[in-house]
Amino acid sequence: MFPKGTKRKFSDSGEEPVSAGDQVPPAAPSVAARTLTSSYSLQRQSLLDMSLIKLQLCHMLVEPNLCRSVLIANTVRQIQEEMTQDGTWQIMTQALAAAQCPADRLVATEVLCRQTDAAAQAGQSPKPFSVVGLEEGYHAEEVVMEGDVETEVTMSTLSPVSPQLSSASYLAGPFGMGPCWEEEEEDGECEEDEEEDSEECVSEGEEADRDHLSADSRTGEQVFGTFEIKHPAPPPDPALEELFSDVDPSYYDLDTVLTGMQSAPKMGPYDLLESLSSHGPTTLSSSSSCRSDLNELDHIMEIIVGS
Amino acid sequence: MGEDAESSKINHTFLRDYVTEADVISTVEFNQTGDLLATGDKGGRVVIFQRETESKGEAEEAGETGDSGEYNVYSTFQSHEPDFDYLKSLEIEEKINKIRWLPQQNAAHFLLSTNDKTIKLWKVSERDKRPEGYNLKDEEGRLKDISTITSLQVPVLKPTDLMVEVRPRRVFSNGHTYHVNSISVNSDGETYLSADDLRINMWHLGITDRSFNIVDIKPANMEDLTEVITAAEFHPHHCHLFVYSSSKGTLRLCDMRASALCDKHTKLFEEPEDPGNRSFFSEIISSVSDVKFSHSGRYLLTRDYLTAKVWDLNMDKGPVETYQVHEYLRSKLCSLYENDCIFDKFECVWNSSDSVIMTGAYNSFFRMFDRETGRGVTLEAWRESSKPRAVLRTRRVYTGGKRRRGDVGVDSLDFTKKILHMAWHPSENIIAIAATNNLYIFQDRVNPDTQTQ
Repeated sequence: MFPKGTKRKFSDSGEEPVSAGDQVPPAAPSVAARTLTSSYSLQRQSLLDMSLIKLQLCHMLVEPNLCRSVLIANTVRQIQEEMTQDGTWQIMTQALAAAQCPADRLVATEVLCRQTDAAAQAGQSPKPFSVVGLEEGYHAEEVVMEGDVETEVTMSTLSPVSPQLSSASYLAGPFGMGPCWEEEEEDGECEEDEEEDSEECVSEGEEADRDHLSADSRTGEQVFGTFEIKHPAPPPDPALEELFSDVDPSYYDLDTVLTGMQSAPKMGPYDLLESLSSHGPTTLSSSSSCRSDLNELDHIMEIIVGS
Repeated sequence: MGEDAESSKINHTFLRDYVTEADVISTVEFNQTGDLLATGDKGGRVVIFQRETESKGEAEEAGETGDSGEYNVYSTFQSHEPDFDYLKSLEIEEKINKIRWLPQQNAAHFLLSTNDKTIKLWKVSERDKRPEGYNLKDEEGRLKDISTITSLQVPVLKPTDLMVEVRPRRVFSNGHTYHVNSISVNSDGETYLSADDLRINMWHLGITDRSFNIVDIKPANMEDLTEVITAAEFHPHHCHLFVYSSSKGTLRLCDMRASALCDKHTKLFEEPEDPGNRSFFSEIISSVSDVKFSHSGRYLLTRDYLTAKVWDLNMDKGPVETYQVHEYLRSKLCSLYENDCIFDKFECVWNSSDSVIMTGAYNSFFRMFDRETGRGVTLEAWRESSKPRAVLRTRRVYTGGKRRRGDVGVDSLDFTKKILHMAWHPSENIIAIAATNNLYIFQDRVNPDTQTQ
């Protein structure tokens, strides 16, 4: 992908290109992390966050733009590979490996979050996740743009709910998300709260038993309300608040299950967002509190699906 | 190459500003003679303009010579309606993605219009006579009482006001799982291709329940998807050749004689990446948003985010010409990524003699490049700064050096005013530019015919 020693530039307005040439020996990952100039790693970090947010946003009404999703996913993958090369990825890997346990995902996430402080400066990411796991994100759609003639889009807030998703799925390895792209049914993940259009959509799609989500969050909640995870609201991160609206993570799981895929809960991006929360203080507390809820959710899902 | 040099030899006159309905225009296309211009919009409507000739109606007072006429609305019809995919619980937009005219074979005109999923063949015909004097029906069409009929008459065709009828003749549905981005009529006059993100189908114009899949780049495991098809077009003369572009900046020329499924390209056109310019956005800005064969069939014109490139079909190592459309945006890629502008799909067009190429940009600007001199000029499609019949003046984006009056700073560019869709008359220097919900038609009064250019 990226020849070693190549001068890398991070295109941004006014930012100087950063040279992070030599490959750092993995033996000293923290050193590796620090040799990258902090501005470059921060830039890369923010680009990764931005990309993940974009993948998560859903334009609920219309099928998402596949080309855009693919390009964003490739960007995320590229960042991930670069971070792997830099060794910053490995820090997270080691942290996660050390924290393995039966409810591995959940614990790992918590550990991940605890380690976030140390890891944050290095701008790490969780262990290599298959970008493919962002599939659902592929239905994610347009970002709010000023003057956009498209339907207004609500961004999903990184609510307390979301971390559980991350804990669920960040593990690397096969996500079993094969049909995600194709079946774009998964599109129905994100909700839009006060979408005028979504209400129209609701009236048309009152079949609540459909295997994916209707556009209207309220309808969705009626149907899947039992699976909604309640959390004590953490102090909202202002930056994330304005970006996201409420997302019920149960959708993801339900969707996964109902579309016949492995019930490995997805949502790599959320856990990434979380762990990359060097910018966001909220996620730390929230993730630990969702562990038990996620257990509940898994249990419920299994019952529903009978799998 | 010198850019933005004010070219005095091209003088453009702004004919008229046609304001369509409030909807945004999503495609513009001249027919093969240039007498008809079709636009499609986000509301699923198609508006056809017809060029007035001197023999038709009153000649304009402006004193122009020749048969240059204005374009007036000829017909409007609703091509596609909003649809709903019940399986996926998603709306299917009625936005017209592409319109392509068929070569004219009789008095009627045919065009193909497509939204994300369904392609329709429309017949546009004129009726200027109607029969009068029926025996069994009266003038309003009601049946007469037979006992009142005492004699027979032969119905006579009488001229009436011109009526333009548009009827759907074919509906090609259920051919695409993904969003259709291109349609292209084959030179054989019988078939056409439609391309979505992952597949290209070939249809026969007369058969709606079957299509041949000629390209399929869907991976067995969707997790491995990293590239999509962005545009496709048939060769203008060779009915067995077509090209398609990808989101990774590659072009693939395929020969349908080689095999039924053209997953293996005959030629792959790809420019090696410039390591000096590498960034996280390299791939995104290399994604080809439009590809067009030259009229001669020898060259390909492609548009990616920052450049327009001309490729020689005989050389696949790289483009033969590269034109910087708005290089000043290279340092803004992160912001453009954030507001999604980096994913804008600009179209590009050739002029009739393949000597000039044109493409759109932001701030209502569009760019023309003269291939012989390599020079580019920036023009603006903005009502406030242009009056009908005024000469279009060239614009400039200030990127350093001496600042001239009228220069626009990069930070003052309006990224919501993007010129994505455009068309060039097949034989004359007339261009149609879609600017959001406005259609601008410009004509070169100095050099109306390309031969004299």
